[in-house]
Amino acid sequence: MTARQQLPEAGTELRTATAKLETGQSGSECLVKVGGDWRLSEPVPSWTGVLGEKTATSMRVVPEGLGKWDTTLVLFLVHGQAWCAKSKKDFHVEALPKNLQALLRQVAGISEPKPMAKTDVKSTWGLAGDMAKMWASHAMEMVSFIGECTLGFMDAAKKPRQFRWMDCLFEMQQCWATSLPIVSVVSFLVGVILAFQAAIQLRQFGAAIFVADLVGLAVVREMGPMMAAVIVAGGTGAGFAAQLGNMKVGEEIDALETLGVSAVDFLALPRLLAVTLMMPVLAAYANVLGVLGGMFVSATMLDIPAAAYWIETQASVGVLDVTTGLIKSLFFGLAVGLAGCLRGMKCERSAAGVGAATSSAVVTGVMLIILADALFGTIFNVLRI
Amino acid sequence: MKSDTPKTVIEVKNLACGYGETVVLQKVSFSVHSRELFFVIGGSGCGKSTLLRCMIGLLKPLKGDVAYFGKSFTAADAVQRRDILKTFGVLYQNSALWSSMTLAENVSLPLEEHTSLTREDRLEITTLKLAQVGLSGSEELYPSELSGGMKKRAALARALALDPAIVFFDEPSTGLDPITSREMDQLILQVRETLGTTMVIVSHQLSSIFRLADRVIVLDHKTKGIIAEGAPRELAATSTDPRVRDFLNQDEDSSKRTKHPSAVKPDPISK
Ligand SMILES: Nc1ncnc2c1ncn2[C@@H]1O[C@H](COP(=O)(O)OP(=O)(O)OP(=O)(O)O)[C@@H](O)[C@H]1O
Ligand SMILES: [Mg+2]
Repeated sequence: MTARQQLPEAGTELRTATAKLETGQSGSECLVKVGGDWRLSEPVPSWTGVLGEKTATSMRVVPEGLGKWDTTLVLFLVHGQAWCAKSKKDFHVEALPKNLQALLRQVAGISEPKPMAKTDVKSTWGLAGDMAKMWASHAMEMVSFIGECTLGFMDAAKKPRQFRWMDCLFEMQQCWATSLPIVSVVSFLVGVILAFQAAIQLRQFGAAIFVADLVGLAVVREMGPMMAAVIVAGGTGAGFAAQLGNMKVGEEIDALETLGVSAVDFLALPRLLAVTLMMPVLAAYANVLGVLGGMFVSATMLDIPAAAYWIETQASVGVLDVTTGLIKSLFFGLAVGLAGCLRGMKCERSAAGVGAATSSAVVTGVMLIILADALFGTIFNVLRI
Repeated sequence: MKSDTPKTVIEVKNLACGYGETVVLQKVSFSVHSRELFFVIGGSGCGKSTLLRCMIGLLKPLKGDVAYFGKSFTAADAVQRRDILKTFGVLYQNSALWSSMTLAENVSLPLEEHTSLTREDRLEITTLKLAQVGLSGSEELYPSELSGGMKKRAALARALALDPAIVFFDEPSTGLDPITSREMDQLILQVRETLGTTMVIVSHQLSSIFRLADRVIVLDHKTKGIIAEGAPRELAATSTDPRVRDFLNQDEDSSKRTKHPSAVKPDPISK
């Protein structure tokens, strides 16, 4: 109880008297006096040293200056009662307040709390099997979703007036606004990092100017579109999944379906188009910032004037390099949109489901981006572009 | 109302519904007549919402058929399906207003999708519908800015936007205080009186059941089907099934209250 006394004095209303426990013997009876305040938030005495008393045939609990009390005291008495019942002793609480006795009767006969069931730990192989099944079903869903979206776009092409252009514009704006700052910073820094790496090697041969070639090609062909896509997957793609997931949980998608409006046409298509159109724009912007990052390092660390760097970049990076990068980014955008919308629409109907859908959308999106990139890499290699 | 044989609007034949492997309901058959206030009642978890989801096409029946106006809904192709969907409105348990749209946009979307009305006409109808449920002046509010009761009413306005022949309700008064819940009941009666709408209502609320229902079916989760069908007061008084009697007589007050003529109780439709 000394710890209690060391606590700083609280306000008078909040101040509590220490819970007290005194034991004594009267005849063959063990007398237990409880007093003070018994609060969950305060340290309280325990039965240690009291139970185990062998000589007494019965136990009587009496209040002595008992102040405020709560579940702590009830629990304390329950323990005492249980011990008495086990060792065949009488347990008397008649002197305690009526409401406390009533509480005690209510909980009489509660059994020992069961130890929490251990969560079922699956074997690594079992878990791997489950994951494989999940990925297979996700892949199937994706294929059928792509089919639905294709049909939807074909319909929309026939009746363009019915397409939700305003939603599409709004989503494009959102995508641009949320991604721009991050794309700026990340692309610039990627340019800086690439330039540093290149400079270390190229300086040894006195070929520092070729930093411009290396950074230019790497950024325009790969890093610019890729960085933009990953950032959009984490922002806009996750946003789609969260929005649509919430709509699913709130029966909003059901409300659309019973109106005879397809959720794919109404919600997914405008978003898909928005992110697919926006991605090349962001990728082009990322390209510019990446080259600027390289230029910055060259100008400050390698003493290559910006003009010379620019001329070298122009000489090495061809129109074809830029176009292939931007064409790739169109598909990256499609991948991000598909992953976001599909995961959102397949969301489980719970708050946890929305969280899972969101993270699944990001993972699926990034995976599809990398798959697409590898595919394009192979194709371009075969075509020698 | 005048004809002797009531017109059947919805016919459910030998319906079985469930999720994947688990069958929630089986061999459910009943029909709903024109202008009827038809209640689906039963204990929690007996499959009322599941039945409703099956009837409005959100859940594919495992077996059996639902037909509207004599046309099968289950076997309908996309065009027929859309035509049938146009004839009914649904009020969901948690309102399900589209959260990214204002109330006016919520109510006008069904009109936009299914009619060729001009923007002005749609706006006019929207204003009218919102006024009908006592929400005039809230056109520009978003669903997040409304109370639960206002959301329910807005959702009713949306469900009524196309003047549907049938409106489905999933627990219209759950989560509402007794007074608002009473207002909701009044609103339902008023809509039926003015528009002649057929209503299928899932409910727990005994007071609403006695105040509104022309006919009820009682579902049970052990039987996985209908255990009673009829007018609620008749069932409460005469049913031999203890489960039905228990359910309908839980609350002495509400069964007494129904004896008061204050509750507007229009003539039963059939017979
Ligand atoms: N998505 C689902 N997947 C699997 N089983 C479900 C699902 N939804 C409901 N069920 C099961 O179907 C049964 C009926 O559920 P339902 O929601 O139709 O009950 P209810 O009668 O509407 O109950 P309440 O009055 O509480 O809303 C329940 O046993 C429930 O466990
Ligand atoms: Mg329900």
